[in-house]
Amino acid sequence: MKAIQPVGTDCECDCQKTTAEQSPAIPNSNMSKTIVTGLLGLALWYVVYKQLEPFSYFFAYSLVGLDRGSHLGGAIQFFVYDTPKVMMLLTLIVFVIGMIRSFFTQERTRKYLAGKRETAGNVMAALLGIVTPFCSCSAVPLFIGFVQAGVPLGVTFSFLIAAPMINEIAVVLLYGLLGWKVAAIYLGTGLMIAIISGWVIGRFKLEHWIEDWVQALRVGEAVVIEEKLSWADRVGHGREAVRDIVGKVWIYVIAGIGVGAAIHGYVPETFMASIMGKDAWWSVPAAVVVGIPMYSNAAGIVPVVEALLGKGAALGTVLAFMMSVIALSLPEMVIIRKVLKPKLIAVFIGVVGSGILFTGFLFNLII
Amino acid sequence: MEIKVCGPGCASCEKAQKTVEAAVAAKGVQAIVSKVTDFQEMAKLGIFSTPAVVIEGKVKCVGRAPKQGEVEEWIS
Repeated sequence: MKAIQPVGTDCECDCQKTTAEQSPAIPNSNMSKTIVTGLLGLALWYVVYKQLEPFSYFFAYSLVGLDRGSHLGGAIQFFVYDTPKVMMLLTLIVFVIGMIRSFFTQERTRKYLAGKRETAGNVMAALLGIVTPFCSCSAVPLFIGFVQAGVPLGVTFSFLIAAPMINEIAVVLLYGLLGWKVAAIYLGTGLMIAIISGWVIGRFKLEHWIEDWVQALRVGEAVVIEEKLSWADRVGHGREAVRDIVGKVWIYVIAGIGVGAAIHGYVPETFMASIMGKDAWWSVPAAVVVGIPMYSNAAGIVPVVEALLGKGAALGTVLAFMMSVIALSLPEMVIIRKVLKPKLIAVFIGVVGSGILFTGFLFNLII
Repeated sequence: MEIKVCGPGCASCEKAQKTVEAAVAAKGVQAIVSKVTDFQEMAKLGIFSTPAVVIEGKVKCVGRAPKQGEVEEWIS
């Protein structure tokens, strides 16, 4: 009976991912062939990527013959440039992350965090939250597993905050649509919120607010089914991830960019400035409050974010909105309620919400 | 044969369930396929990520929906 590597579950909504076919150990010549193919593919990717912008101008203004500076021309050029650009970025990153994730399973992460002290544990948990496959429907068993393995509560929370909030799709879309600075700010502040919120929750010593049955549970030995993966298997994982994730979100990306393109071409630049601009201090808390019950995947929210930013909304306000939509969602609260008493959920929302508020105000202040 | 599919009921748990049922039908095996949605029961089996497939009390896969070919191999 062959053992199977538990492959994780990255998902916006459902957690499906299948393992690559088992391949016997590949000979070395095959290995180098894989590397050469990979490098050639990457080079080709780069060449095509670089042609997208000139092509979009050629398409909108020469081929279709629209006037430069016209609303329709601007909107069409934006759409023809951004759609393939974002899809190409997404495919590359999802592929790479899919391969990286084949090194990190929930089982391994749990074992690793079990021996960690707080503080260092919070940092590790937040970082592992980025690369460990996770989906919100898996949050409860994962939580039980962490608690039973002796992972401190605050460290568990750092993981549970980072895992949904720092999402590779969000980071790629931010990079593709708004540049690396915004993507880096999002990544950095997301990590900080996960680390600090988890640490703060750990300081409160709230273990007694975990549902009693979780504490009383006599669990069986955690089942870990490990398998040696070859590089070909990991490439397979990357390919599976692309098929699963890109196959699922492409429609949202295109719809989002379509809306963005329309706004880009037609809505006046300062439209959002009065309600979501820097001067409206109350817009940050309002954005968080509106964002918490909303639930959207990263693919759907980022193009909206771009449109808001382009029309004069302040970066801090928009970041706060996006983070509260992705990180604090009602469906997840309902699921996690099975293992946490309401008071602990309130603390969780309060601490993470405050972190997001602080981030929003900070960026409105310094940018 | 007793087969349990563990999962709270998200899309991939449904997929796991369907795959298992299809495999059972394809192999013509006599089997009772049941669904486990209770987290306590899963924890007792040592399952901390879903979906998971348990055949005759043995955990065959955790954290993913298996392929039909795999399930057929497990039950034959």
